[in-house]
Amino acid sequence: MRAFISSVYLFLYAPIALVVLFSFNAGRNASEFAGFSTAWYGKALGNTFLISALQNSLLIAFTSAALAAVFGTMAALGMERLGPRMRALFDALFAAAIVVPGVVIGIATLVALVAVFSFVNPAIAAFWSGDRPPQLGLGYGSIIAAHGLFSMALVTMIVKARIASLGRDIVEASGDLYATPLTTFRLIVLPQILPSILAGFLLAFTFSFDDFIIAFFVAGSKTTLPIYVFASIRRGVTPEINAIATLVLVASLLLILTARVLMREKKSKSGE
Amino acid sequence: MRSATNTKRNLVTAALVAPAAAWLAVFLVLPFMAMLVFAFGERAPEGGYQAAFTFTQFANLPTRAAAFWNTLLLAPAGALLCLLIAYPVAYYLAVKADPRYRLILVSLVVVPFWTSLLVRTYAWMYILGSRGIPNLLSMIGIEDVRMLNTPGAVLLGIVYGYLPLMIMPIYVSLEKLDRRLLEASADLGGKPVSTFFGVTLPLSLPGVMTGVALVTILLLGEYLIPQLLGGGKVFFLGNALVDLFLQSRNWPFGSAIAVTLVAVVVVVLMVAMRVAWKVAGTRQVDLV
Repeated sequence: MRAFISSVYLFLYAPIALVVLFSFNAGRNASEFAGFSTAWYGKALGNTFLISALQNSLLIAFTSAALAAVFGTMAALGMERLGPRMRALFDALFAAAIVVPGVVIGIATLVALVAVFSFVNPAIAAFWSGDRPPQLGLGYGSIIAAHGLFSMALVTMIVKARIASLGRDIVEASGDLYATPLTTFRLIVLPQILPSILAGFLLAFTFSFDDFIIAFFVAGSKTTLPIYVFASIRRGVTPEINAIATLVLVASLLLILTARVLMREKKSKSGE
Repeated sequence: MRSATNTKRNLVTAALVAPAAAWLAVFLVLPFMAMLVFAFGERAPEGGYQAAFTFTQFANLPTRAAAFWNTLLLAPAGALLCLLIAYPVAYYLAVKADPRYRLILVSLVVVPFWTSLLVRTYAWMYILGSRGIPNLLSMIGIEDVRMLNTPGAVLLGIVYGYLPLMIMPIYVSLEKLDRRLLEASADLGGKPVSTFFGVTLPLSLPGVMTGVALVTILLLGEYLIPQLLGGGKVFFLGNALVDLFLQSRNWPFGSAIAVTLVAVVVVVLMVAMRVAWKVAGTRQVDLV
């Protein structure tokens, strides 16, 4: 049993470890380690296409995760106050946003946006007095919108679970002591749900930062980091990609570990 | 007075859910309706969509039969393979593992799922590619081994990518399991094997169903793994969709495939829920 479990963990981590190891390989082959070198990192970081893709990814991940954290938390708080039918409707839609494959989300968003643009752009042009009317198109906005959908569902799910485990008595006590609902929220509810909001934000950020397939459909001419990595892989596997992959791994590792620590804190505080 | 506070309360509630509701309406419901409309349309001569009402796209689905078969065979096969490996791991983590290390061991399972699937799949591309294991094999005299771009490579990538997602729900259902039931079974003379098949396994079935359903659904829409490890030879629906939308620009046909894919996902979900209910039902009868 133990040997089997150990080999599963080895299976999970050895390939990643190999990529990290060979990102420091002075040679080109995966079969021999020709000495330690950070040359591939230098090459990767000197690549302006890569850096601009990274900037795009960070911008998109931050914006979509921030929107999701705010709107998702609001939705989680609001759903508490809804009737059972409306709540079930929201639950179903959020579940759909999570369960429907990314390929389909990407396609549906692309199709809908292109259809909307084909109506809106001529309308703008008709009312535009200047000689160059603005054109709506795919880009940052469409990626943020599509990532925001999944992320909002994620944040709502996590924050709702936290709210469900909150003690109601302390909220009622606060009201009995003449605190306004807003004060109660600020002093009682928010501090207790804040770790789960942050965890949701980080998970949403990680999802957006790592997502390839949705962005692939709705990115238009913009390039995100996964799209850039995918394109480089198709041009041929090089050790430079190992260096980029290692950097991506380290970034998502830091994010996910922070998120898990935050979620853990919440569990130990709820007194289990 | 009372109705005034009620109105205020309702307004606050509406304001709280409004942004998320708008987002769901514009970026989930509307896109699905648009996709449905496109699926009944025609391809414009220059590519894209032309308004029409025709069932041609659905009638053409058999032309992509290979992608359907690959997906419908390899997705459940991959999920079952994941299950075979995941169950012992989840069982070990929930029942056998030293509680002091349990948290770390569970984290070590979860963490890979949240790191880039692209990078994790690429790792196997690197290992199985001509500069990896085949190169090592040729050094000891075994020449011309092709590992990349085979169904086996795709299956390996699937297990690697989705194992964490299978382990977690099974672990959660095993962790909730009441230890006293296991002791009771042993006290009543149940051998470990019969305790496992009579008590542990049935009680963990909801977790198993959740894991199998989740992994199968995500695999039905998989693109990266067959693309990178199957090299266009092992073709999933996701690959067909990318081809239809981004290369040949046959949007109506692509929409018809996507709509069919969603229908398959819904069927899988419904079967999973039906089985989960049945399991829950028999569980109550068995225990009470």
